[in-house]
Amino acid sequence: MTYLTKPKLHHPELPANALGFTRRDYEGTISTLCAGCGHDSISAAIIQACWELAIEPHRVAKLSGIGCSSKTPTYFLDKSHGFNSVHGRMPSVLTGANLANRDLIYLGVSGDGDSASIGLGQFAHSMRRGVNMTYIVENNGVYGLTKGQFSATADRGSKSKRGALNTEEGIDLAILALQLGATYVARSFSGDKAQLVPLIKGALTHPGAAFLDVISPCVAFNNHEGSTRSYDYVRNHNEAVNRLDVITVRKEITAEYPPGSVQEVRQHDGSMLHLRKLAEDYDASSRIAAMSHVQSRYAHGEIVTGLLYVEADADDLHANLGTTAVPLNGLGEKELCPGQAALDRLNASLR
Amino acid sequence: MKPTDIGVPDYFHKVVDCQWACPAHTPVPEYIRRIAQGRFSGCLHDQLGVERFPGILGRTCDRPCEPACRRGRVEENQGEKPEPVAICRLKRVAADYKEDIRDRLPKPAAKENGKRVACVGAGPASLTVARDLAPLGYHVTVFDADPRAGGMIRTQIPKFRLPESVIDEEVGYILDLGVDFRPNHRVESLKQLLGQGYDAVFVGSGAPRGRDLELPGRSEAAKHIHVGIEWLASVSFGHITRVGRRVIVLGGGNTAMDCCRSARRLGGEDVKVVVRSGFEEMKASPWEKEDAMHEGIPILNFLVPVAFTHDEGRLTGMDFEQVKAVYDDRGRRSLVPTGEPVQHFECDEVLVAVGQENAFPWIERDAGLEFDQWGMPVLDSITLQSTKPGVFFGGDAALGPKNIIWAVAHGHDAAISIDKYCRGEDVALRPAPLTNLVSQKMGIHEWIYDNQIVPDARNRVPLKELTIALKDLRQEVELGFDPELAWKEAQRCLNCDVQTVFAPKLCIECDACVDICPMDCITFTADGEEAEVRARLMAPASDLSQDLYVGAGLATGRIMAKDEDVCLHCGLCAERCPTGAWDMKKFTLEMTHAGPGCRESAAPRRAA
Repeated sequence: MTYLTKPKLHHPELPANALGFTRRDYEGTISTLCAGCGHDSISAAIIQACWELAIEPHRVAKLSGIGCSSKTPTYFLDKSHGFNSVHGRMPSVLTGANLANRDLIYLGVSGDGDSASIGLGQFAHSMRRGVNMTYIVENNGVYGLTKGQFSATADRGSKSKRGALNTEEGIDLAILALQLGATYVARSFSGDKAQLVPLIKGALTHPGAAFLDVISPCVAFNNHEGSTRSYDYVRNHNEAVNRLDVITVRKEITAEYPPGSVQEVRQHDGSMLHLRKLAEDYDASSRIAAMSHVQSRYAHGEIVTGLLYVEADADDLHANLGTTAVPLNGLGEKELCPGQAALDRLNASLR
Repeated sequence: MKPTDIGVPDYFHKVVDCQWACPAHTPVPEYIRRIAQGRFSGCLHDQLGVERFPGILGRTCDRPCEPACRRGRVEENQGEKPEPVAICRLKRVAADYKEDIRDRLPKPAAKENGKRVACVGAGPASLTVARDLAPLGYHVTVFDADPRAGGMIRTQIPKFRLPESVIDEEVGYILDLGVDFRPNHRVESLKQLLGQGYDAVFVGSGAPRGRDLELPGRSEAAKHIHVGIEWLASVSFGHITRVGRRVIVLGGGNTAMDCCRSARRLGGEDVKVVVRSGFEEMKASPWEKEDAMHEGIPILNFLVPVAFTHDEGRLTGMDFEQVKAVYDDRGRRSLVPTGEPVQHFECDEVLVAVGQENAFPWIERDAGLEFDQWGMPVLDSITLQSTKPGVFFGGDAALGPKNIIWAVAHGHDAAISIDKYCRGEDVALRPAPLTNLVSQKMGIHEWIYDNQIVPDARNRVPLKELTIALKDLRQEVELGFDPELAWKEAQRCLNCDVQTVFAPKLCIECDACVDICPMDCITFTADGEEAEVRARLMAPASDLSQDLYVGAGLATGRIMAKDEDVCLHCGLCAERCPTGAWDMKKFTLEMTHAGPGCRESAAPRRAA
C-alpha cells in the first residue's frame, strides 16, 4: 500500500512514441498492492509494451475478475475501457465484449485463483474458442488476499509460509492452454522485464487467443525458503528457451542475427516475431514439442520460460463463426433488426 | 564500476546541490523546511549556520545556490519555464518574521583570553571573523575608514535594495559581542599595525578601487564623470543627492545595475546602460538586469565607448563603436567592429562601472608578504594565511571581487586559522565538517519530512508600485514574501537533503523501486565502465556533474545504479521497497567552527 501520490513530473528527456505519448501517459493510479508485489512489475511491463507499440489507449479494453491480480488494471492504462467482473468470469465477459466490438484490443488480467480454481472452466473455453485476446495470468501460487493458502497452481511439495507442504498436484496453465488450442502461449517472470515486455507485445499483436503465464512472487506470503514462486527460486530455476523481438509493421528491421539462430513468424497484420533461440533444439512452432519440453524440464525442477508456442496462421472466434466484420455499434438498425421476413427465412432454414 | 562509498562526507553533500554550491555551505533545505513550518527564529539557530546576515543576504546574495537548484532541472521540458526555488528570498522571510533571536546568538565571552586580533575593514569578511572569534575570548579590533560598520554592504548596495535598519540590526548583533570597532580610522600602514603587538591581523579591506576609463575627453569633462562604486558610496552617505537628467551607465555588472537604478531615483529621467558585450554575457545576475529593465532602463549591448564629448568643460555625450561577437574555432570570443558609423548618445552625466580592483597601497612591499604578478597577496586557499604567518586575508581582498557569501565563507575559514595560529597549532590541520544521516521513517507509511511534490511554478516576490518606488532612494522595492506566499514557495523545495540510501544486502531485486520512480532514476543492470553504464540506464544519465550512486553485492551479480541528477527525493522508492533496502535519510552537515572543536587537543569527531 502506498499513500504518497506519484508526482506528475517526469524525466526531462522521457521519449514520446509515434502518438506523442510518453510512457507515463499509459499509467493508472498508484498501486495499492503490497510493496514489492510482482504484479506491479507486470503492470509496468504492460505499460511499457503498450507505449512501445504506440497503442491508442482508448482502443484497449482491460477486463479482470477478482483477486490481487484482478485489481491491477486500475494501475495501468487509465484512459482505456475497463471491466472488473465477477470472480473467475472475466473470460466470458470478455468473450461477449469481443463479439460485440471486435475492433478493440482485449486484455484479460487474471490470477491463479481466478483462472485455475473458480474460473478454470471459463479459462478453458475461452482458449478453445480462440477468443482474440491477451490473457495474462499473474501466477503467484497462493491466495494473497486471504493470507497465503496454496492455490491450484502451487507445485506439489512446495512449502507454505507457515511450513505446511502442498500435497496436491499443481495445475500448469500454460500446458492447459497449449492443449486447449491457444495459438500463442508464453511463460515469463515478473522479475525479468527484458523477457516479459516483448512477450506482452507479441501477445497484443497476435490475432488469436494469446496466453501468458507470468510467475509473480507474492512478497507477503510466497517469497520464502521452500517456495517455488519466490524471487530466488524462480531466478535459479529459470530456463529461457528464446528471446522475442516484436517487429511491428511500422518499424524497420535493424537487428542482425547469426544465421540459424532466429525463428521468424509473420502474423496476419504483417508484424514479425523474431525468436532468438537460447535452447538450440527448441521449436516454438510445434505444439507437441512445446508440451513435451515444458513437462520434461519441469520433471527436472526447471521452469521453462519464453515464447513456448506460436501459430503463424492463427484464426479467432470471429473467423470460426463467420460473424460480421463490422462491430455491432457500427451497424445500423436495418442490419441489426432485419425484420420478420428475415426471421422467417432463418426459422425455415432450421426446420 | 566502484560501489559508491556513502561514508565519504562529500558524496551526499554534493547531492544537496544548493548547499554544495553555497560557499558557506548553508543548509538550505533545512531552513526552507523550517520556514514552511513557520519556525522563522528556528532558521537562525547558530548550529544551522544561517544566522550571520539573513536579512542582508536574503536581499543581496548573489545566490550561487539557485542556478544549482535541482528544481530547475526537473522542471525542464515540462511547464512554462524551468525555475529554481526562490531560495534567497525565502531566507529573507526568516529574517523578516523572526522573533527576538538574541538569546539564540552567541554570547560575549565571559572573560578575554588575552589574545588580540586586528581586522582591517568592517565588511562582511571581517565581521564574520569578529563574530567567530569574539565569543571565544579574543579581543577583536575592527578598523574602518567609514563612520559605520558594514563595508560594501553599507556603501555600495543601494538602500532601495537593502534598508539601513537591516544592516544596523545584523551588524549590531556582531558588534554587541564586545567587538572593539574603530570607525573613521583608515589603516595607512600594515607595518605600523603589526607594530602594535596584535597576535594576528585579518585583512578584509575589500576591492575598494573602481576601474576608470581613460578615453578622450575624460579629464575635460571630469566633473560629470564618476566612478561607479565611489559614486554609490557618496549616494549612500548622502553626499550626492542629485544626478543629471540624462545619464549613461557604462558596464554590465551588478554595480552598473545599482548605479542606473540609483540614478533613476535621483532625478535621472533618461537613464541607459551601455555594455560592450552581448546581453547574455553580461556579468550582472539575470534578476538584477530584470529589475533594472522593470524600472524603464534600457540596456544597450555591443557598444564600445570611444570618447566623451564635451563643450567648455560640460559633458555633452559619448561616442560608441558598434561591435559584434566573433568566435574562433576554439570558441574564444572577440568583439570586432561592424564598421558602422560611430553612434553618439547625448547625456549630462556618466557613471563608470566597468569593474573593480584590489588595492593595497597601505601594505608596504617590504612588510614581509609576497604579492603575485597581479598585485594580489599570495595565500593558502584553504587557510587564507599569507606568506607572513600572522596575517590572514578574506573576502574580495583575498581572491578578487566576488560576493558577500564568499566573504562570509572566508571569514569562517580565516577565524579557524587565526584561532589555531594564536594557540601555536598548525593552521593546515583542520577537522572536516560533521556529517550525519538519520532515517526519516516514522511508521510503515509515515515520513518525518513532507514529500508531496507540488507542480507549482516559482512565486514572484511582490514589488512596491513603481511610481512610489522611484520617488525615494530609501524606499525598498521588494516587499518580500509574506508567510503564506513563503509557505507556497517552500513547497517547491525537493528536500534534496533527504537522501535515498540503498542497502544492497536487503535488496531482493523485485523492481518495485524501478517501476515506481517517477523520474526513471533507478536501474538494475550489468556492471560496466561508467561512461557505458550511463548510456544504458532507464533514462540516459548525461549530466556528468551529477554522480551515479552504485550499489553492488546483489544476488544476481547486477549493480543498482541511481542517477542522482533529477531525483525528486519523493521517497516512493523507499515507500515501495518491501525489505527496507531503500531508506530516506536526512543528511546534515555542520561546518567546522573556530573554537575548541578544531583544536588539536579536541576529541576526534564522529565519522559520518
